[in-house]
Amino acid sequence: MQLAHLERGQSAVVTRVTGVGAFRRRLLELGLVPGTRITRTWRAGLGDPIAYEVRGVVLCLRHDEALTVEIEPPTERLAAK
Amino acid sequence: MSDGVTRKVALLGNPNTGKSTLFNALTGALARVGNYTGTTVERMSQRWELPSGDVELVDVPGTWSLAARSPEERVAIDALLGLRGEAPPVAVIVVGDATRLHRSLYLLLQVLELELPVVFAVNLLDEARRQERVPDIEALAEELGVEVVGITARAGEGLDQLGPAVERAIAAPLPAGRIAFSPRLEQAVSEVAAVLPSELAQPGSRRGRALALWLLLSVDGPDALTDLAFPRSVVDKARAAFLAEGGDLDAEIVGARYAWIDARDHRFYGARTETDSGTSAKLDRVLLNPVLGTGLFLGLMGTLFWALFSWSDPAIGAVESVFELIGGVVENGFTAAEAAVPSLAGPIDIFGDLIVQGVIGGVGGVLVFLPQIALLFTFLAVLEDCGYLARAAHLMDRLLRAAGLPGQAFVPLISGYACAVPAVLATRTLPRFRDRLLTMLVVPLTSCSARLPVYTLLIGALFPAAIDGFPLPVRPVALLGMYLLSTAVTVIAAIVLGRTMMPETATPNVLELPPYRVPHLPTVWRLVVARSGDFVREAGQVILVATIVLWALLSFPRYEPADVLSPEVIVEATAAGEDLEALAAPVALERSYAGRFGKLIEPAIAPLGYDWKIGIGLIGSFAAREVFVSTMGVVYGIADADEESVDLRETMRRETHADGSRVWTPLTGVSLMVFFAFAMQCLSTLAVLKRESGGWKWPGFAFVYMSVLAWGSAFLVYQGGLLLGFS
Repeated sequence: MQLAHLERGQSAVVTRVTGVGAFRRRLLELGLVPGTRITRTWRAGLGDPIAYEVRGVVLCLRHDEALTVEIEPPTERLAAK
Repeated sequence: MSDGVTRKVALLGNPNTGKSTLFNALTGALARVGNYTGTTVERMSQRWELPSGDVELVDVPGTWSLAARSPEERVAIDALLGLRGEAPPVAVIVVGDATRLHRSLYLLLQVLELELPVVFAVNLLDEARRQERVPDIEALAEELGVEVVGITARAGEGLDQLGPAVERAIAAPLPAGRIAFSPRLEQAVSEVAAVLPSELAQPGSRRGRALALWLLLSVDGPDALTDLAFPRSVVDKARAAFLAEGGDLDAEIVGARYAWIDARDHRFYGARTETDSGTSAKLDRVLLNPVLGTGLFLGLMGTLFWALFSWSDPAIGAVESVFELIGGVVENGFTAAEAAVPSLAGPIDIFGDLIVQGVIGGVGGVLVFLPQIALLFTFLAVLEDCGYLARAAHLMDRLLRAAGLPGQAFVPLISGYACAVPAVLATRTLPRFRDRLLTMLVVPLTSCSARLPVYTLLIGALFPAAIDGFPLPVRPVALLGMYLLSTAVTVIAAIVLGRTMMPETATPNVLELPPYRVPHLPTVWRLVVARSGDFVREAGQVILVATIVLWALLSFPRYEPADVLSPEVIVEATAAGEDLEALAAPVALERSYAGRFGKLIEPAIAPLGYDWKIGIGLIGSFAAREVFVSTMGVVYGIADADEESVDLRETMRRETHADGSRVWTPLTGVSLMVFFAFAMQCLSTLAVLKRESGGWKWPGFAFVYMSVLAWGSAFLVYQGGLLLGFS
């Protein structure tokens, strides 16, 4: 499953970043290494990009960018804050 | 500083960690703003007093990592390693955000590998206390092996400990990297380190190891670090060998660092888990709401635009009045001098004109931009400091992506409708040079306020108020049409230039939404003053010189009324009490260099429907587009004409070509408005383009492409209109 398919408020664990080159390296350096928990926030915007929270930081990823992040399917659903 | 060598201390940190606030709090004086050598990246520095003497504190642009290739990101590693002609710093202060230390630690771990004295300043302790997430400073110092100081920069907390900590760090043994990599990776690292040129790193040094690691992580693909002499093939080979064995170099290096951090998180923070910072998340539910958030955004941008367009008017008027006043006083002085020394009246007159019209007019022409620039910089600094600018970019990203631009380009583009000069300066908020350049190349196409007087004059003089069968008032519709045209062409130009000349670079653009914070006004104020001063110094020189050159073109060779008017006319006019200078002005202008040039280019502009008189107006308009109106006033012998002048409009309507046909037809008007919409008739914009793009290449390109676009469009409009039977 990819990060782009996470629903609002859902949280999951990163398993792999599949992109290439500098962009993949940047995602890794932002802390999206395997085993890291990432949450799709409730911040809406206009649908694209989407705001995710990882390691206390809120990042905006475009849809095609969020497709390059593989995650474990989420097991819990967080309540709206 | 007395020995001519300045000791430098670098201030490094992730974006949005309060680094600039700390910089201002430590130095307490206006920062010196400049550029890093060979780049357009802003470099801020200021003197900082340490117990052992003064150092130069350099505010390195915020960065997430040292592994980077683009010019803007290279600055961080260059500043730390002393590349690009900069001396290496004697110490580095890494600023971290106490509430979210992971990424600060990631950067810090890289700095530790560079063999530099390091102090870790854990900032925003006040926020951490509110969130009950205060990191354990002693545990950090123990694990990292460097000086760690907890601070709250905006409140001044802990700042007195930073200086002594830097002194202790300089005196202490150098810190060491904390991470052990796999034997396979260490093998690749030593292969690269072994072949590094000695001016970059001594063989076997830890700095060599760090640089090799940096090269391995930073260099791949077609991008080249062309200005850094290193054996690229060895790096490529080591990377390839690593990959061939099934290794994942990037993931291993980055993963090892984060593994180190994750393993110690419980020591730094205790057992508490991370939460999406509450207040910011709640605010974003509103501010990023598709309806409410978008509405608020549009309201804010409308306010910004209106502020630039109209709030700055009184200040602009004041600047103009002051310089008119000074000019008048000085002119009177010269007139008195001419009367006192009749034998030197001629030279004194010329010198007086140079001072009054060239120098004083030129300085006024620079300072007249300051109200808008200061206003826009203030707006930007406040919005950036409080975290909203990132939200605006987030909202606009999708829309602007269609034009090949990031969301951050919205503010410069909207500002362009007021004035391109501050708008070009506002591109500094864009993180990537490619995006900055593309934005500043299309911003001059947005319909700035200086075009408005020209449109007003032409529409008022040449367009009827109503046309039979057309239900709407013609003149407002024509004006609106010009704004729509300008917007459409700006977008098209961004798409075309972006696709053809500026392909997406490999530098990724990941937007962060920082927590909302109350802006720190002293920091905002100092930044605005420093940047405004930088504009006056850098762009001001060019504008001043250009103004004097243009004045000379329009004023030389000089003619006295007696040279160009017949004796009978002079007698008559004197008797009637008319101003001889004003009467002579049209002839003097015609015979000036600008007038001759206007005639020279007539064949080139005739196909657009213009005669040489309009040509002179076009030349005059390079000082600023609205000067077209007053120049046409002089050409037609109408004193003090503005865009509402009835005399000027009527004279224009009466003006005929040699064959008796009218010069000014509605079609000429449309052609000329299209020309003004697209042409780069603004020396001040060229001057700031030079400042912001780092040379004359890009302003030159902008001038050429916009001139071609303007001429071609006006040609199509005029000739096409004639073919269709319009006049």
